[in-house]
Amino acid sequence: MTSTTEPTEPLSVEQLSATTLLRFATAGSVDDGKSTLVGRLLHDSKSVLTDQLEAVERVSASRGQDTPDLALLTDGLRAEREQGITIDVAYRYFATARRRFILADTPGHVQYTRNMVTGASTADLAVVLVDARNGVIEQTRRHAAVAALLRVPHVVLAVNKMDLVEYKESVFAAIAEEFTAYASELGVPEITAIPISALAGDNVVDASANMDWYGGPTVLEHLETVPVSHDLGHCHARLPVQYVIRPQTAEHPDYRGYAGQIAAGSFRVGESVTVLPSGRTTKVAGIDLLGKPVDVAWTPQSVTLLLEDDIDVSRGDLIVPSKDAPPTTQDVEATVCHVADQPLTVGHRVLLKHGTRTVKAIVKDIPSRLTLDDLSLHPHPGQLVANDIGRVKIRAAEPLPLDSYADSRRTGAFILIDPADGTTLTAGMVGESFAAPQPVKDEGDDDGWDF
Amino acid sequence: MTTVASVSEETDSSPYALSHLDALESEAVHIFREVAGEFERPVILFSGGKDSIVMLHLALKAFAPAAIPFTLLHVDTGHNFPEVLEYRDRTVEKHGLRLHIASVQDYIDRGILRERPDGTRNPLQTVPLTEKIQSERFDAVFGGGRRDEEKARAKERVFSLRDEFSQWDPRRQRPELWQLYNGRHAPGEHVRVFPLSNWTELDVWQYIAREGIELPEIYFAHEREVFQRSNMWLTAGEWGGPKDGETVEKRLVRYRTVGDMSCTGAVDSDATTLDAVITEIAASRLTERGATRADDKMSEAAMEDRKREGYF
Repeated sequence: MTSTTEPTEPLSVEQLSATTLLRFATAGSVDDGKSTLVGRLLHDSKSVLTDQLEAVERVSASRGQDTPDLALLTDGLRAEREQGITIDVAYRYFATARRRFILADTPGHVQYTRNMVTGASTADLAVVLVDARNGVIEQTRRHAAVAALLRVPHVVLAVNKMDLVEYKESVFAAIAEEFTAYASELGVPEITAIPISALAGDNVVDASANMDWYGGPTVLEHLETVPVSHDLGHCHARLPVQYVIRPQTAEHPDYRGYAGQIAAGSFRVGESVTVLPSGRTTKVAGIDLLGKPVDVAWTPQSVTLLLEDDIDVSRGDLIVPSKDAPPTTQDVEATVCHVADQPLTVGHRVLLKHGTRTVKAIVKDIPSRLTLDDLSLHPHPGQLVANDIGRVKIRAAEPLPLDSYADSRRTGAFILIDPADGTTLTAGMVGESFAAPQPVKDEGDDDGWDF
Repeated sequence: MTTVASVSEETDSSPYALSHLDALESEAVHIFREVAGEFERPVILFSGGKDSIVMLHLALKAFAPAAIPFTLLHVDTGHNFPEVLEYRDRTVEKHGLRLHIASVQDYIDRGILRERPDGTRNPLQTVPLTEKIQSERFDAVFGGGRRDEEKARAKERVFSLRDEFSQWDPRRQRPELWQLYNGRHAPGEHVRVFPLSNWTELDVWQYIAREGIELPEIYFAHEREVFQRSNMWLTAGEWGGPKDGETVEKRLVRYRTVGDMSCTGAVDSDATTLDAVITEIAASRLTERGATRADDKMSEAAMEDRKREGYF
């Protein structure tokens, strides 16, 4: 197979500019070899430069290690190097002739579920790593559940350390089958399983000579070719208004534009639109794409919309097609991941940021907490602590135009903020959770009380 | 291969696919507009270097046809390249902007800062920068920092809260979810904002080429009087070089980064056009900081330590 990473001729400016961007996240348990996989991807795709490698070699040697420790490439903080663990999401960049990649490198410790949620929130693809010797373990199921919860469109199961199971097809097939069944049930739309050895380099960038029974792509080939969805046909168009542009100059005395990044779908000049939450309706008079007029614009372009009528529109409003407006409501039901150290409790007064709008809100109820290991629901936990995933009911001070997260990862998402110190408390996803099928266990039922 | 569900028919040839540069541009513009919408007194750090020049270009596009609703701030080490200062002033004038200057030389003259034995002034920037932020009550400060530059920066958020001493605490960062940036801060605190977080050095150069952005001439190959120190070609000048035993020679060089003359090295190059520069960078086996910045080589955690104190 021809490697796509080493062009024989330097690429022209045009070729380099035409590539697309893929955002992906990695997840794996401690010692599954995630750092080695990331190091291998960066190293074998020639993305580690000489001075970075020399620094790693220097530090490894000074610690008495025989071989360069590729994990040093990714552990950037003092505390991480001291403890030899990754404590926070880091973002890494590499490129091939076909694509640019932004990798959210997320830690695998169970107490860092929030970090995987953070990484997965913007990812088009997640790589879940398992150790071929251990197969699918609890932590693997957690990673699959988080990917499903965050609705990451593509999941890669990288079955690592195949060299330690004699590259046996049967070992790989059993793990792939078990994981695929589990993740499909969670609603993960597409799963690709790849047998690899990150340490030996099998099927990461270069195809393995040790597994001729495998006919699929290497990890890098898959990353280069996986389609990023641009299917806008069934997307609801949404523009959260960020800022009103009013030059008030001699050249532009009457210009009044509503600037924002299109969160979903597309907008056309002449289209009837409604401004929420006011509900006023008008038409798109023009679209400026960063200073250049266009007829149509789509997600995720940053644009400025000009409207036919001079109606009241300000930051925080949502512009939508009149024929496809979401309902507005003050009562939010959502699945959340709690990301702060201080707990979230019933009665907690918070700020809710949805799109460009931040409103006061109060936590009315926490009906259940989800156990990721077996997807069981624990009723009325009373509070959510860091890394907990649960269902919440929130009352907002003002009506919000909410989409279901299942329909739109952008306009179905929100964060809760502590009004006292500004801490980001909670990541929220509007609507029914994937984990709803099991009925809530009835241990919280009051019927059994003996008076 | 185990694949379930159907693979979408759509590919990157879809008319709705954005090129990576368009995606990065759109994201950066979104960040500029969020700050304009949520903060009272934002400022853009502008040094006349390529990253800050790209930031300014993005800000101009973000608010067109209106003016940029921000002022600019330059931390002047006193050892700047004259071509860069000339570019800075010309750009400020051209766009009708307001420039604040925090001067390291001024702090040295007043006896508040002391010159370091090695003559490097880059670490001295932190005090003038943070005092200016406090005295002008800036609540959002845009920096051109990119996560690909350095492994401590790889951990940096797009919106990065700094306390009243401008300190960065990497263990107390807010998780950044979706595109929902949290800019809440108490009086005295401020937020550092990095619109180019997801850009690489090559992205910056490709964007400069695509947009036809003018740069200071020192980014392109030219004959220059330089001398060698710590394996770098430094420009001879009044700032303190060359010393005894260092000999000046004329070489064909260019700069990959623009910073303080005392610690920013030139590289041998014959790239006189944008295309030639891009070809050179695409083939380079050295990072820009590894090749040309002495201050990052001081210790393994040099950048993290300086960032904790308030440096960018």
